[in-house]
Amino acid sequence: MSLTSDEVAKIAHLARLAVEPQQLEALGAELSKILDLVAEMDAVDTGQVTPMAHPLEMAQRLREDLVTEPIARERYQAGAPAVENGLFLVPKVIE
Amino acid sequence: MQWETVIGLEIHTQLATKAKIFSASSTEFGAEPNTQASLIDLGMPGVLPVLNREAVRMAVRFGKAIGAQVAERSVFARKNYFYPDLPKGYQISQYELPVVGEGSVEVMQENGSGKVVGVTRAHLEEDAGKSLHEDFHGMTGIDLNRAGTPLLEIVSEPDMRSAKEAVAYAKKIHQIVTYIGICDGNMQEGSFRMDANVSIRPQGQAELGTRAELKNINSFRFLEKAINYEVGRQIEVLEDGGRVVQETRLYDADKDETRSMRSKEEANDYRYFPDPDLLPLQIDAASIAEVVAEMPELPDARRARFEADYGLSAYDADVLTSTRAQADYYETAAAAGGDAKLAANWVMGELAAALNKQGLDIGESPVAAATLGGLVARIKDNTISSKIAKGVLAAIWAGEGDADAIIEARGLRQITDSGAIEALVDEVLAVNAEQVENYRNADASKQPKMLGFFVGQIMKKSQGKANPQQVNALLRKKLEA
Repeated sequence: MSLTSDEVAKIAHLARLAVEPQQLEALGAELSKILDLVAEMDAVDTGQVTPMAHPLEMAQRLREDLVTEPIARERYQAGAPAVENGLFLVPKVIE
Repeated sequence: MQWETVIGLEIHTQLATKAKIFSASSTEFGAEPNTQASLIDLGMPGVLPVLNREAVRMAVRFGKAIGAQVAERSVFARKNYFYPDLPKGYQISQYELPVVGEGSVEVMQENGSGKVVGVTRAHLEEDAGKSLHEDFHGMTGIDLNRAGTPLLEIVSEPDMRSAKEAVAYAKKIHQIVTYIGICDGNMQEGSFRMDANVSIRPQGQAELGTRAELKNINSFRFLEKAINYEVGRQIEVLEDGGRVVQETRLYDADKDETRSMRSKEEANDYRYFPDPDLLPLQIDAASIAEVVAEMPELPDARRARFEADYGLSAYDADVLTSTRAQADYYETAAAAGGDAKLAANWVMGELAAALNKQGLDIGESPVAAATLGGLVARIKDNTISSKIAKGVLAAIWAGEGDADAIIEARGLRQITDSGAIEALVDEVLAVNAEQVENYRNADASKQPKMLGFFVGQIMKKSQGKANPQQVNALLRKKLEA
């Protein structure tokens, strides 16, 4: 399995990573090696193995349905670059 | 060419918990922006989500209500995408192992027969925040109060073949989630949002056509219109020799059309993986049994019981069980009224008309169920006629008291004393001697209409209080004497 530079660029964009064009080829080679390793593991018959969703062999603890969170908007918004009428302001996301 | 429409729905129901799915913030609607956004909801580093027990119970309740398998073990996954109202950069959802597996519901088709629609799965996930695109100096405002609100996403099989069927299915799911109390069903507030996957194929073809996903529809009327528009659009594209592109489209109610929302294919590349912050969710048989034991009566069962126990028609039973509030109201009124059919007529007739006129829901009725039952009881025991009862209902509505108090205060008690009725009849016959003569000489076929004149005069004289059956009987006897 070998990834093309275009594929690497796409993956980088999905993860919002700024990858320089000259890095694409080298990254592609490294990522391909990881995929090769996965392909190697794919060859093992795991039909009888339950897929592991978490390394800890425990179940999720549950919380009671209670509202205990205090209102702390001011504190939480203190570090925001821009706030107005209680809203966080971000660069416009639609045209 | 004959085209067949294929529709599947994804319905997001907001679960009616007090706190959010992974934090202890309130889920209440309409609070000041960002006052219900905790560090977890804000996606701050170093915080850990902890799952809300009630959200799990509600998901299980839904699963058991549609006859689905509830997974003993299900897994939360991260659905990755970037949008400012999703502060973590991923939504916690379930992917390969959802909490609710395959089930089904039965919906009524246009021809009146039932159709089973498959539910593929239902999974727990968190809602995103809200982006406000009004003018904030060219910026977007973000309110994260909704972020982390528990959702149960209910995914159907592509079993529906028309917009009407899709609406019938959506209404059924709405009915179930509100009956079992896991969702308030408020569509204006976004508690029940629908996405429709729509495709067409030549009649008889087994393979599915390419689908478009119509996102975020929050009314049944718009669901029907959006699907119908989209089907027309796809037919046009294919018949013009084009091809349908798999994409997300948005329904614009003002223009009654759908338009492409995300053209970039990458938008659907969510790169799911198990969320390492959450352990697998395990649900044991005992807690499932507990949920089953607490399950309220489901709408289909209740409808059948209304037909069997109250002797109601299928139509009446259907209307009266359309919502849990309606069914509860009716049962209370019927019990207090002592006559199930009469109570049904009043709930579906006069009361419904009055509620409609004011745009009120049954839950907001100014006339309590037991009070309406009290009115029905007075009709049943002949204290008042149905006609007088309408006026009494209006008085109850206006807050003048219950039926008995109003009947007493206004002296509306029906006259059933035969001596008093006879006096009224005699009086009316005496002042209308000419009409009496005419009646007696008239053709038998004309007499019933003429009788109506006398009845009208007598009822008027009694201010509507004389018992109409007694008046009729006595009048006939006297005229034919």
